[in-house]
Amino acid sequence: MPEAPTPTRPLPPPDPRVDYSVPVGDTVKTTTCYMCACRCGIRVHLKDGRIRYIEGNPDHPVNRGVICGKGSAGIMTQYAPARLSSPLLRVGERGAGEFKEISWPEAMEIATGWLKHVRETDPKRLAFFTGRDQSQSLTGFWAAQFGTPNFAAHGGFCSVNMAAGGLYSIGGSFWEFGEPDWDRCKYVLMFGVAEDHDSNPIKLGLSRVKARGAKFVSVNPVRTGYSAIADEWVGIRPGTDGLFVLALVHELLRADKVDLDFLARYTNAAWLVVRNPGGADDGLFARDEAGAPLAWDRARGAVPAKDADLSPMMVGDYTLPDGRSARPVFHLLAERYLDPQYAPEAVAERCGVDAARIRRIAAEIAEVAFEQAITLDQPWTDIWGRTHAQTVGRPVAFHAMRGISAHSNGFHSCRALHLLQMLLGAVDTPGSWRYKSPFPRPIPPGPPPAGKGAKPNTPLAGNILSFPQGPDDLLVHDDGSPIRIDKAFSWDAPLALHGMMHTVIGNAGAGDPYPIDTLFMFMANMAWNSAMNPGEVIRILTDKREDGDYVIPHVIYSDAYYSETVPYADLILPDTTYLERWDCISVLDRPIGSAHGTGDAIRQPVITPDRDVRPFQEVLIELGARLGLPAFVKEDGSPRFKDYPDYIVNHQRAPGIGPLAGFRGADGSKKGVGEPNPDQLQRYIENGCFWRDHLPPEQHWYKHANQAYLDGSKAMGLIPNTNQIVLQLWSEPLQKFRLAAEGHGERQPPEHLRERVRTYCDPLPIWYPPLEQQGADLGRFDLSAVTQRPMAMYHSWGSMNAWLRQIHGANKLYMARERAGAMGLAQDDWVWVESRNGRLKCQVSLMEGVNPDTVWTWNAIGKRAGAWGLSEDSPEALRGFLLNHVISEWLPAQEGFRSANADPVTGQAAWYDLRVRVTRAEGPGVTEPHFSTLHDRPGAPARPDVLSYSVKARA
Amino acid sequence: MTCLPTPAPGAKKLGLVIDLDTCVGCQGCATSCKEWNASGHSAPLPDYKPYSAGAEGVWFNRVHSYEAGEGAEGRTVHFPRSCLHCETPACVTVCPTGASYKRAEDGIVLINHDTCIGCGLCAWACPYGAREMDEQQGVMKKCTLCVDRIYNETIPEAQRQPACVLACPTKARHFGDLGDPDSAVSRLVAERGGQPLMPELGYKPVNSYLPPRRRPDPAPVEDAPTQMDIRNPVLRWMDRVLSR
Amino acid sequence: MNPAPSIVFFTTASGAGYGLLFWLGLLRPVGLLPAVPAFALLCLAVALVLITAGLASSLLHLGNPQRAWRALSQWRSSWLSREGVAASITYVPALVFGWALWAGQPGLATLAGLLAAAGAAVTVWCTGMIYASLKPIPQWHHPLVAPGYVLLSAYSGMALLAAVSALGGVVGGPASFIVTLGIAGVILKLAYWNMIDGLRPVATAESATSLGFIGKVRPLDPPHTETNYLLREMGFRVARKHASALRKLALALAFGLPILLALLATQLGGGVALAALLLAALSALGGLLVERWLMFAEATHTVTLYYRGG
Ligand SMILES: Nc1nc2c(c(=O)[nH]1)N[C@H]1C(S)=C(S)[C@@H](COP(=O)(O)OP(=O)(O)OC[C@H]3O[C@@H](n4cnc5c(=O)[nH]c(N)nc54)[C@H](O)[C@@H]3O)O[C@H]1N2
Ligand SMILES: Nc1nc2c(c(=O)[nH]1)N[C@H]1C(S)=C(S)[C@@H](COP(=O)(O)OP(=O)(O)OC[C@H]3O[C@@H](n4cnc5c(=O)[nH]c(N)nc54)[C@H](O)[C@@H]3O)O[C@H]1N2
Ligand code: SF4
Ligand code: SF4
Ligand code: SF4
Ligand code: SF4
Ligand code: SF4
Ligand SMILES: [Mo]
Repeated sequence: MPEAPTPTRPLPPPDPRVDYSVPVGDTVKTTTCYMCACRCGIRVHLKDGRIRYIEGNPDHPVNRGVICGKGSAGIMTQYAPARLSSPLLRVGERGAGEFKEISWPEAMEIATGWLKHVRETDPKRLAFFTGRDQSQSLTGFWAAQFGTPNFAAHGGFCSVNMAAGGLYSIGGSFWEFGEPDWDRCKYVLMFGVAEDHDSNPIKLGLSRVKARGAKFVSVNPVRTGYSAIADEWVGIRPGTDGLFVLALVHELLRADKVDLDFLARYTNAAWLVVRNPGGADDGLFARDEAGAPLAWDRARGAVPAKDADLSPMMVGDYTLPDGRSARPVFHLLAERYLDPQYAPEAVAERCGVDAARIRRIAAEIAEVAFEQAITLDQPWTDIWGRTHAQTVGRPVAFHAMRGISAHSNGFHSCRALHLLQMLLGAVDTPGSWRYKSPFPRPIPPGPPPAGKGAKPNTPLAGNILSFPQGPDDLLVHDDGSPIRIDKAFSWDAPLALHGMMHTVIGNAGAGDPYPIDTLFMFMANMAWNSAMNPGEVIRILTDKREDGDYVIPHVIYSDAYYSETVPYADLILPDTTYLERWDCISVLDRPIGSAHGTGDAIRQPVITPDRDVRPFQEVLIELGARLGLPAFVKEDGSPRFKDYPDYIVNHQRAPGIGPLAGFRGADGSKKGVGEPNPDQLQRYIENGCFWRDHLPPEQHWYKHANQAYLDGSKAMGLIPNTNQIVLQLWSEPLQKFRLAAEGHGERQPPEHLRERVRTYCDPLPIWYPPLEQQGADLGRFDLSAVTQRPMAMYHSWGSMNAWLRQIHGANKLYMARERAGAMGLAQDDWVWVESRNGRLKCQVSLMEGVNPDTVWTWNAIGKRAGAWGLSEDSPEALRGFLLNHVISEWLPAQEGFRSANADPVTGQAAWYDLRVRVTRAEGPGVTEPHFSTLHDRPGAPARPDVLSYSVKARA
Repeated sequence: MTCLPTPAPGAKKLGLVIDLDTCVGCQGCATSCKEWNASGHSAPLPDYKPYSAGAEGVWFNRVHSYEAGEGAEGRTVHFPRSCLHCETPACVTVCPTGASYKRAEDGIVLINHDTCIGCGLCAWACPYGAREMDEQQGVMKKCTLCVDRIYNETIPEAQRQPACVLACPTKARHFGDLGDPDSAVSRLVAERGGQPLMPELGYKPVNSYLPPRRRPDPAPVEDAPTQMDIRNPVLRWMDRVLSR
Repeated sequence: MNPAPSIVFFTTASGAGYGLLFWLGLLRPVGLLPAVPAFALLCLAVALVLITAGLASSLLHLGNPQRAWRALSQWRSSWLSREGVAASITYVPALVFGWALWAGQPGLATLAGLLAAAGAAVTVWCTGMIYASLKPIPQWHHPLVAPGYVLLSAYSGMALLAAVSALGGVVGGPASFIVTLGIAGVILKLAYWNMIDGLRPVATAESATSLGFIGKVRPLDPPHTETNYLLREMGFRVARKHASALRKLALALAFGLPILLALLATQLGGGVALAALLLAALSALGGLLVERWLMFAEATHTVTLYYRGG
């Protein structure tokens, strides 16, 4: 197969009917795509100020010139009639969609008034939650400056299980923060991925894997998309991956196919764990006086585990110098996973995967990892100063996403996967999964989350979303009750690293733990597809107190389009489109690094807005100045930043560290750390709107223990120190939470959560049935129901796009042909889908490639009538549906306390735990529930009958 | 003109090779095609009722998905469909006006929108559904093989390829001369057993589809040797000497 | 295939018009028709009105009717072009025929009439071949299609001729032709329907996708969730139940009733015969509209394999 297709360059045949060499446009500008969060580089061709063509930027490290179905449809997003056109102030009841257009000065005045009052009285009564943005470093900083702990982005309902599972295990993560070594792996296992944030890199990667003939296995209840091209499809039952992975672990341990050298050098496998059942130190690492963890050296006994000459005992019981008993981590884990409960036979039925198949996959993995190891002639120097002449790799790579994370057992399933990687020695080696710079980071990265002691008119010091090490770092009051409105970092969800946006409105509505004054949201369709249950969110947003005021008195929202959430806000701050503004894809946030080095990117405006809209970041910076937030004003109280570009260039989070890592220093020669460079943005533009660092080859692998890499990374300000990042099989922070639950220490969980914390804060990966299913009537609700991302639609926001909505104008519920047949259901029949929480009506579609106990649909295709500039009889509203209508934010009530339908460790929303039953529906073919039609906004343009978009000069 | 040209010996047969083994159905080729052509040779490509019920439009490339076979042998296959630039296409010969034509030099099948009367007969004659009526202009349109890109002197040479080919994130689309047995695309077709669609109709499509690869039958696994016979299987690691 | 009203009307009306022209040109010289010029002129007028209305209706079907003249250029390969050429050329002898009749030039009239008849036959054959040449539509790409067009055109032309002749008091000859041609039409349609019912599909979803080597091919998701031009044009389907009812209706209206009426006319003569033959012609034309509608509705196009599978 040709690597890069060879361009054919024949002479054009004479043909007067064809104009061969029409210039594409009159201008071309690079920027970063935002038809999704993949951050591909694009080149936008313009003609007479209108978009001619958007193509992938061939020089861009993310997409290398390719572009997906959404990215190529950007033109239709830019000109969509659903674009908001001016600030709006609600004049009718919430939800009625009655607004008046106001000016920006008025809008800023109103917002400042509401916010100022909150900040002066009780800043935590502002809940500032943002969604799909990539500017959390700014929004989070702003929230901390405001002084509210109630900030998060969407990660809590997205994939915090992946983030937390990874960051607490290997100092990096799947999601978009790591990648298989697509060019060298010989075996890739992908768990529960339909599209992911790294969608184009994954597609590019899979094509290389296939071209090389490496084996690609997809574990997924549904065989579409990536799974469709897999060499082997494992149609697992939802929610059982952890068990499947632990059975693989069982097999590898049983057959002694583990990389003990890797474990001893790079993980905490040899670290000694104190054995003192019932004691306050049980399960903690044995440490020396300096706090360094100990291992048992064959000759010398207990020595610091980082000792360069360690010859560790991996199993056995040892008595520490202080008389306590201890065991190496490896011993504990081997004991646990060799237990017959993890044998393939024991898990097969539950996972829906044959025992023989599990055993074969384990054997294949072992064979590739150990018999087909790769050796590169690439010297590197480890943390102990020893130079290895070669780099050895275990070419088995893993990738996983929401199929794992969107379950209430996802944190542990994710950790189980990382455990498997560690046992194989397949972390950041040639052919295995690799960190994307700036990862790895220390485990956990620290510092703890900010949020304690919020006071009027006072910024919070530190990062609001950060990394607890144990009970002391939780954001709880002395009685154990949550400090945050969403209960993140509380005993409900101690490692809720990304907050819990899915509980904010429910908690605020219930005044639990307290009511709020202002809900300020940005780029999140919370009244529709990002609500676990939209009906419930709508109810709360329109709920009134006895005094007639809304339970949530003020809602400010910034959207760029007329989404379902707009009518539920009081003040709308219309944003620009992605082609009309500056943005910063920052190393402080979600950068574009790769295994070859870190990187970041910008968006530059390529089109001038034709509406009265403003970039949200700019509005936020101005609000910061109007409110007098210290970082946003100068000493004299005047605005510190002129606009967002000024902020990008001149804001310093720490000395020399700012939003962009490239072209720093007065002359642009520094990377990572350096004084602001006034020409920085120009340098980015000249470079195609991105910057990337190129690691020298000796820093490409084993980054967690690669001295040169760690030194360089520290020098660039990416990590706080150059210590080895020891991969954590046994997680001590989890054990600390568990010890608290067992009655140790000052901070202990409240009684109703004690058992839960004890059970789920296990320092080694466990598997348990998804919480929602534990008490549920699985006989009655006999099917698992999940969703998938369609590749040609980004959540809700593609439906306003005239091209994309033709591809996905409505969705159906897919089910196994055989199963449907047994129920007498035929293609396109209407059915009821019923869960413990409600029912919805939709059409079925029958297929072969789906786990027989699973039904699924495309995510976020269903729309509320009247939204998105669409006519009310659009298929999106009549035949499209959201599975969310039958999901619940809450687990079934447990003795008076309401627990989020979420992972008990991280608070990750458990979208895919849903169980349903399907029955035939009679009656008209219209989806239910069918909410009332939304009024279109003032100033909405008329819908054309025909759209003939073209910038070609008409003859 | 409507008669098919007699291809000169060694004339080019430009076309696409589409790899059904790697296409993931992302629709990138479909929308990039739409976008390029919206302002290209065939501009515009209208959309009807774009924001209402019954939205539809003119697309030169449409991506289907199918399931083939059942059980463990079954596969899901994503399947992009556009003009195949057939060697003996009746879409050309039926055309009463000569608007539809096949070029002798490179085999591209094109439509002259200045002379097409929009009779629709060529669409009936195309078995593959590759012809698209622009009901606004009343003329037929179709994939041009990006004739206004592949020879376009104003585009950097490496990018003188069809929009859909450059877009494809899995590199499942290849463009080249299928008349030259030594071209990269011809070799790909030979190696991978590229297939024509509906060969029984005799249109001799130039575009070729690479079939999904047959998965190698997984080798049977002998039960792995186990170290678990001893009383405490964990202690078997006792004597392993490890060092840094 | 979608039975577009303009096309259904066009083939029925022009078909009958050409049939009438054909018989007029052919039978007049052999003396089987009333010799008065007025009779021939009336027939000619009816024929030309039907032909022209049909052709005009077919122009309506075009996206750019003002460019229709271009359709005359590709007679070397295109049956549609040939049809256009033949239709245009046929106007010449037909009009000369009319002029000669009016001007009282019997020799010229005979010659022009014969030429017009030939033109009519060729035109109808071309029309039939437009359909018969389309391989993706097996119900059309069929040996009985072009002969069928010719036969039905002849039949409906004869039905018209009979009605007009009855005006002039001539009944027996044309009426018996109706019976003969009608029976031939019934046989042909029955044979055709029988054959297309048992037709092996020209292609399958498996060959259309090249995926047959894996197994049965079923669509999972269409490219677009709403419809499109090709599906509207070619995805039309008529339920079997309806089709068989319509077939019966077509047979009864197009052939059954006219044959009975023709027989009745030969028996009764006079005003009744005139009424019967007028009714027979109308019934035949109505029946053929149904037949033509079915001709489309029952035809399937390979493009639907991509959307619906095999
Ligand atoms: N059933 C089910 N529900 C799910 C999921 C699932 O898998 N299944 N997935 C969940 C996950 S992981 C996520 S991340 C959420 C996503 O759900 P949301 O975060 O709600 O995502 P979107 O629908 O994309 O909505 C984002 C909003 O941003 C607006 N927007 C778009 N571009 C801009 C812009 O440039 N500026 C501004 N200011 N606004 C803009 C859009 O108009 C839209 O209203 O959905 C969740 N919901
Ligand atoms: N085109 C497009 N791209 C997107 C988005 C989008 O809306 N559209 N959204 C972006 C966002 S916010 C996110 S979070 C990412 C998410 O990216 P993905 O993780 O790829 O998103 P999902 O569609 O939720 O995919 C989950 C997959 O897991 C499978 N699955 C469900 N349950 C289980 C299970 O228990 N086990 C296993 N093994 N598999 C299971 C589902 O069938 C599905 O294929 O995508 C991002 N990229
Ligand atoms: S994957 Fe597609 S939509 Fe997302 S950034 Fe890349 S090109 Fe844009
Ligand atoms: S695919 Fe259809 S339109 Fe294209 S050349 Fe072949 S017959 Fe003609
Ligand atoms: S629609 Fe145009 S191109 Fe097609 S056959 Fe008719 S005139 Fe020719
Ligand atoms: S070659 Fe060009 S016109 Fe043809 S399908 Fe590809 S992008 Fe579309
Ligand atoms: S762009 Fe490539 S992967 Fe995507 S649908 Fe087209 S051929 Fe398939
Ligand atoms: Mo997400």
